[in-house]
Amino acid sequence: MSRSPMAPPSSFLWSRRVFLTLLTGFVLVPVYVMVSSSLKPLADVTGKFRWLPSGLTIRPYIDIWSTVPLARYFVNSLIVAGAATVCSVVIAVFAAYAVSRYSFRGKRVFTVTVLSTQMFPGILFLLPLFLLYVNIGNATGIALFGSRGGLILTYLTFSLPFSIWMLIGYFDSVPKDLDEAALVDGCGPLGALLRVVVPAAIPGIVAVAVYAFMTAWGEVLFASVMTNDTTRTLAVGLQGYSTLNNVYWNQIMAASLVVSVPVVAGFLLLQRYLVAGLTAGAVK
Amino acid sequence: MVIGIVMSFKELTQFYIRDWGTAPWSGLSNYRVSVDFDAPVGQALLHSFFVTVAFTLLSVGLCWLIGTAAAVYMQDTFAGRGLLRALFLVPYALPVYAAVITWVFMFQHDNGLVNHVLHDQLHLTGKPSFWLIGDNSFYALLTVSVWKGWPFAFLIVMAGLQNIPRELYEAAALDGAGMWQQIRRITLPSLRPVNQVLVLVLFLWTFNDFNTPYVLFGKSAPEAADLISVHIYQASFVTWNFGTGSAMSVLLLLFLLVVTGVYLALTSRGRRTGDV
Repeated sequence: MSRSPMAPPSSFLWSRRVFLTLLTGFVLVPVYVMVSSSLKPLADVTGKFRWLPSGLTIRPYIDIWSTVPLARYFVNSLIVAGAATVCSVVIAVFAAYAVSRYSFRGKRVFTVTVLSTQMFPGILFLLPLFLLYVNIGNATGIALFGSRGGLILTYLTFSLPFSIWMLIGYFDSVPKDLDEAALVDGCGPLGALLRVVVPAAIPGIVAVAVYAFMTAWGEVLFASVMTNDTTRTLAVGLQGYSTLNNVYWNQIMAASLVVSVPVVAGFLLLQRYLVAGLTAGAVK
Repeated sequence: MVIGIVMSFKELTQFYIRDWGTAPWSGLSNYRVSVDFDAPVGQALLHSFFVTVAFTLLSVGLCWLIGTAAAVYMQDTFAGRGLLRALFLVPYALPVYAAVITWVFMFQHDNGLVNHVLHDQLHLTGKPSFWLIGDNSFYALLTVSVWKGWPFAFLIVMAGLQNIPRELYEAAALDGAGMWQQIRRITLPSLRPVNQVLVLVLFLWTFNDFNTPYVLFGKSAPEAADLISVHIYQASFVTWNFGTGSAMSVLLLLFLLVVTGVYLALTSRGRRTGDV
């Protein structure tokens, strides 16, 4: 969106150029280090840092899969983050629709509770969840602790509050006349939601899905406590390269790059939706 | 729907369940240990608390400043704007551990980029410094936190800018207001409600952030960068003192509740009088 019909003054253009150049450098240097180091032979990353590799090699990209069971971690992360995202979106859609369209007892309490969970330190849940999962496991035989299910449930509690909150704002911006028209045309409340409101709120829903996926994909604290060797996710698995005798920095960088590519690519593809979703949802 | 409600309430009540489960009832002694600032445990907690406050204020301030400046500078279209915007979101999109582990590599004493540039190339320091232990670790943590956090501010402010009606700028331009004046008189005041939420969310996220210091320093953080979340983690899982750990968590929560309440009261009142 352009701001004014006239050309900006040179002081603005000049300062913009300086500021954006510096910022680009700040943002890019770690990215460059990640990419270039992942293509370096081991000698380059154990000795003094060098900007240019002495020789390019794709060896690190082959070795990462055998140094630690990266493929298994990858699958675990995919399952956990994927399931948490799907559940989070489905629940948030129904919850937000109810809050946005109906009035019911405890509605205010509900929205305030949802919002206030944002301020809870994650560490606060670690102990209770830890004990709760162990207790449930002892009482019912359902092993939540150490399982993917337990982790999915945990991440769900992380992403749900923000998702619900954002979708409420988004659904509020979808005109009520739309679903009333659908109701008149013979849709039930569920039909009105699925056929009218959800399609109109796609940007908001995509934003919520991206948020939920990124939260689950990047979480370290719970993943480090609540997983075992078979259910370990990438967040913890990546540290496996540095706890061995030798620190394979080139492999760490290659692995970081490999686990980042799906999220970053998805994020950048969906960023337009994200800005649109935030504009209508959270920023009001 | 029901699950949604249960979930959000479950989070609230979980630590009560835990308290019922603990066999010996210890009363307030865990709290007494945590807030007894003459004893080592209390002193360490207090120190960690001040470090966290200083870190959070600096980090939020810088994130907000950089994010807002970038969003305002990039409000108009210019060549390469879309590319830059995508690029600026990369630190935010990267998984925390992948981003932070790259910084760990850059901060290495012998083979890191930071020492190479500062010491070998620019000769600013007499000898290579340690970044991940000792006093420098605070700045290392701050750098990583800002690098990772400012794109969020950028994203939100960018979204907020779209809601400012064009007519305001056109009217201002007709009245002869220059670019800088438009930014000061229209853009920044219009962003106030957005900033109210943004600063609060940034504050809470930064204050509670565990992932960054944990990946940066490992299980035990250096004293200069001993953030409260890692401190509590250490108290609970490294020394296995769950009682004190949860007492500290509850204290932290109370503190955040108070800060949030005061903040919302202050900013909302300011906004109301500002409107008049």
